[in-house]
Amino acid sequence: MSGPLLDIRGLTIGIPNRNGPPLQIVRDLSFDIMPGEIFGLVGESGSGKSASALALMGLNRRPLTTLEGQALYGGQDLLAMSRRSMRKLRGDRISMIFQEPMTALNPLARIGSQIAEMFVLHRGLSWSDARPKAVEALAAVQVPDPKGRARAYPHQLSGGLRQRVMIAMAMACRPDLLIADEPTTALDVTVQAEVLRLIRELCEREGTAVLLISHDLGVIAQMCQRVGVMANGRLRELRDAKALFTDPRHPYTQGLLAALPRLGSRATEGRHRLADLDMAIDRDAPGFSETYLRPRGEAA
Amino acid sequence: MGRYILRRLLQMIPTLLAVAALIFLIFSVLPGSFAGTMTGGGRRALSPELVAQINAQFGLDKPLPVRFWDYLVRLVQFDLGTSFRTREPVMDLIAARIWPSLQLALSAMALAVTVGIPLGFLAAMRPGSLLDSVTMIGAVSGLSMPQFWLGLLLMYVFALQLGWLPSFGYGEGRLRNLILPAIALGFAPLALLARTTRAGVLEVMASDHIRTAMAKGASPSQMVRWHVLRNVMVLIVTTMGLQIGSLLGQALVIEKLFSWPGLGSLMVDSVAIRDIPVVQGTILVIVLWFLVINVLVDVIYAAIDPRISLR
Repeated sequence: MSGPLLDIRGLTIGIPNRNGPPLQIVRDLSFDIMPGEIFGLVGESGSGKSASALALMGLNRRPLTTLEGQALYGGQDLLAMSRRSMRKLRGDRISMIFQEPMTALNPLARIGSQIAEMFVLHRGLSWSDARPKAVEALAAVQVPDPKGRARAYPHQLSGGLRQRVMIAMAMACRPDLLIADEPTTALDVTVQAEVLRLIRELCEREGTAVLLISHDLGVIAQMCQRVGVMANGRLRELRDAKALFTDPRHPYTQGLLAALPRLGSRATEGRHRLADLDMAIDRDAPGFSETYLRPRGEAA
Repeated sequence: MGRYILRRLLQMIPTLLAVAALIFLIFSVLPGSFAGTMTGGGRRALSPELVAQINAQFGLDKPLPVRFWDYLVRLVQFDLGTSFRTREPVMDLIAARIWPSLQLALSAMALAVTVGIPLGFLAAMRPGSLLDSVTMIGAVSGLSMPQFWLGLLLMYVFALQLGWLPSFGYGEGRLRNLILPAIALGFAPLALLARTTRAGVLEVMASDHIRTAMAKGASPSQMVRWHVLRNVMVLIVTTMGLQIGSLLGQALVIEKLFSWPGLGSLMVDSVAIRDIPVVQGTILVIVLWFLVINVLVDVIYAAIDPRISLR
């Protein structure tokens, strides 16, 4: 395979509006992901990272709707697929892990059966054949005592372990692409490093590409080969990770990097607030109204 | 588990004692007495001498604490006393009435569960649909409609106009006789369960783990079977328990209306003539039923939800 694994062209997501043009949350987003690549998508909250990821999975949260664009995967457009064929891909070829390991698992089902579900759904295994495979999957994400843990319920595990369970589930069918939406944001720093290392190792071994979504520049720098910077629903800059961090081109990226605290500097000195909010706001966006800004600032 | 249930059962004893004491007190301050409700042949009240004689015969002339103590002593020997009117042991009277009562309450509940829960489920799967609106309007009407009025309506339509079903009586336990009172009694719990189920399903469907299930590629029916049903049961099992528990007591209106020989009608008849031992006995049984169902609900709850442990 020489072409991109996933080619996203002109993805536009918005909220349909009866009395006018829809409010666009994500506008004209285009990027591609190569097989086995770790691609980072970075930006502040509300910039449209998660909305884009969910749209790729066909899991738009109401009232968000995909308005335009294509996402080509193996010659098929994910955004135009029937629900049935999208379901076949989801979890099997393209899987996803979420930010909240505490709530992303069913609290009333054993860990083992939640992972086994993947083999029942996509490999046509019976439950009794799928259970041992689930234990193997737990072992692969380095959960201690996988056999015992398979019988545990989510509330009996720590956040870090739960996120490992999510990873085991997502990687169960050896997908081509793993979408990781803020996978470590809810975890503390040491666990965060372990989980990131696990994702990287597993995906390298399986040849799985990763779309890593984060607001944490440190995480992105550590993991990714290429990075897209999103602000206000638009891709502002798309570069090799190294180049982006040493030589940011777009003023928004420059501002973002300048806002990072640096080791050895005083709290205020050499560090800038991301004051340039105007840049993050696209007043020309269709459906834009000044009223959307009001909660952030003073009265209009 | 066994220890837990045993402890819960022991904890019922103080509750039952408190209920017994309360009934005792209430009947001692209420005006009227058993002898007072009797009339000697004609319309005249009984002579004071006769009243005193009757009171003495039933021990009603003794002071309240003494009577209560006597009652408790008999109660711990599972003796509920003797009916003033029929002179039969209260235990026997209750034993004769308990099966029709349970039959009615359990049929009403079975109706509520088998119709209410699926309806709530279907309504939640298609929020805003015609089925949803009709179900929810029906549920609100079901909850706000007085039981006796629904009973009268059912009688009028199905017994008087259409003549399909008998309008009253036990009919030696025939199913035909059970249908109308069971519907009249079960309609309110049905409505409540439909509403609770709908709200529960919507709550579960909005939770994060459903998004995970969708990301895993589960079809809607697989999602419901694996990730919704059980989670919704946690939310509605309490409502179900409370309904079953209180149905025995609620049934008295319907029992009177349909001349159903249950505990409720026994209690109402006995209150009217101040047959205190029978009233006490029936209330105790109804309270006991409620308490036992409550323990059962907690056990079922822990069986469904692994996060709950019985201690």
